[in-house]
Amino acid sequence: MKAKNIIEPGRESQTVVSASRIILTLAIAGLISGVAIVGIYEATFDTIAENRARELRDAVFTVLPGIDSMREMVYREGQLVEGKAAIEEPSVYAGYDSSGEFKGYAIPARGPGFQDTIVLLYGYRMDTGRIVGMQVLESRETPGLGDKIFKDPEFVAEFNSLEVQPGIVLVKGGSRAGNEVDAITGATISSRAVVRIINQANEKWLSKLTLQHPIRSNGKGEK
Amino acid sequence: MQDLVWIFVSALLINNFVLSYFLGLCPFLGVSNSLETSFRLGMATTFVMLITALCSWVLNTYLLIYAPYLRLISFIVVIASTVQFIEMLVRKLSPALFRALGIFLPLITTNCAILGLAIFATNKSYGLIEGLVYALGAGLGFTLAMVLLAGLREESELSDVPALIQGTAMNLIIAGILSMAFMGFAGLFSAA
Amino acid sequence: MVKASQQEYEELIKGIWRDNPVFAQVLGMCPMLAVTNSAINAIAMGGATFFVLVGSSFLVAAFKSWIPKQVRISCFIIIIATFVTVADYTLLALIPGVHKELGAFIPLIVANCLILGRQEAFASKSTIRLALLDAIGMAAGFMLALLMLGAVREILGDGALFGIKLFGTQFEPWVIMILPPGGFLTLGLLLLLFNWLAVKRRKFLDEVIKAERGQS
Repeated sequence: MKAKNIIEPGRESQTVVSASRIILTLAIAGLISGVAIVGIYEATFDTIAENRARELRDAVFTVLPGIDSMREMVYREGQLVEGKAAIEEPSVYAGYDSSGEFKGYAIPARGPGFQDTIVLLYGYRMDTGRIVGMQVLESRETPGLGDKIFKDPEFVAEFNSLEVQPGIVLVKGGSRAGNEVDAITGATISSRAVVRIINQANEKWLSKLTLQHPIRSNGKGEK
Repeated sequence: MQDLVWIFVSALLINNFVLSYFLGLCPFLGVSNSLETSFRLGMATTFVMLITALCSWVLNTYLLIYAPYLRLISFIVVIASTVQFIEMLVRKLSPALFRALGIFLPLITTNCAILGLAIFATNKSYGLIEGLVYALGAGLGFTLAMVLLAGLREESELSDVPALIQGTAMNLIIAGILSMAFMGFAGLFSAA
Repeated sequence: MVKASQQEYEELIKGIWRDNPVFAQVLGMCPMLAVTNSAINAIAMGGATFFVLVGSSFLVAAFKSWIPKQVRISCFIIIIATFVTVADYTLLALIPGVHKELGAFIPLIVANCLILGRQEAFASKSTIRLALLDAIGMAAGFMLALLMLGAVREILGDGALFGIKLFGTQFEPWVIMILPPGGFLTLGLLLLLFNWLAVKRRKFLDEVIKAERGQS
């Protein structure tokens, strides 16, 4: 079977093809391929952008309960301003409730987990100084063990009201103090990774966050 | 700095390209019957990966922010032509190096580990330095996996293996056991 | 006429089992192992590969006399990469959840040696009709292999198939099966099974031939 398919280079017809024909063929192939790719890109662009925006909005609305609209804030030249982040520019999301009152920030963070990098988003209220929600966005933790950091509702609920001062501490056998998180049995390392990622992000962000003015109900916030 | 160490060790051991992402399996199963060849192929792959990281960073920074849809095609075209160009350069400048690595270069260009590296580095939005460190870790990790499998295969040639399991089936099972061993590296960075 | 349709049938059917791209030719391993930790991922990957292989085989067979020999590989790659990009964006728009799971492995369909191999070995030197049949057969065989691996790994590793739990709560899943080592081990054992069946078949055919000789 295989012998039939093997090409014998020596026996191929050695027709001389001019360089211009080769270039022309490649150019036409490139042109057609370009048209096809741009076509599918244009055709799917709106749906994909919509999916991405909805995913982000869902995550921000989950970690900041009670908000109704959000704005992306970029840390630029020493202060937090509204805008779209360029590549490698740090940004957070400010959340507002239905009356346009500022509620808190959703802060993205990433760091080493048990297997691969964990990417997560957590909500922080400046008025109470507490974390009010956490959602893991990307991780490759072990199924059945490490993936409890987002599958175990009890662990996720630990982040629903968590003090950030003087730093979050991981404990075993039930959390008591306001800044303690109870580790998942069998996934201590993944739990510790989550706590460490949040602590590091707090160190980086908390001093930079500023209270935002309320926005009017017809404001520019994304609904 | 700590980030760079994490990127390196993660690509080298914890998320080894071959044993955890299954990239570059064709040479992994095809060429890994001698230690010497495996090592040289691994080194050549590391070299091509470094070039790939550089190329993909240049493309991502200067071309693909304007035309993201050209990502795949431009990666393939640019990586293949750069490797070909470097092959010619190496042949001219250092015949000794060319004899050691050169014969593998065309073979490597079509390796899915190379394209995989470019795509992963883009998805993780690595900068230039991070990309290069990632490529170095991935390449050395590939070499490590190749050399380990080649060593085990050389051993197995001396033992009495049933005819039915010889060949790819046995190599895959050996790779599975190696992959299990590499799982032990997980948590290396969060245990402290 | 009978002979022609016989050959067409042959081209279609050979890829599914006898020359199965995975079990018999050991091609396309990297997507094969990486995304088969659940049956649904296996189907999505199989579908994308099917689309790319059939589409590019059609184009290559249709334009084979136009493409100069010297640049045929470049042209094949451009054609394949175009189809892969189309598949990538389509999946991203339609099923973003599955696309996230498959991640970087969809663009990597380009590097699947099965697809380029079929263009070089078959589509570039046969009629459109035969090329299409061959591509459909090979892609179906690839999909079948992906599905077998995905189903075995999901059943053992998660106690479920297509996300539906099969066993009671008593079942302790073999988590290792949906982790990378499980991919290697499952494919190794499936290849072993395929080898065993091939050996048995050969023995059976030998016996048939012997018996026929004895009769005549």
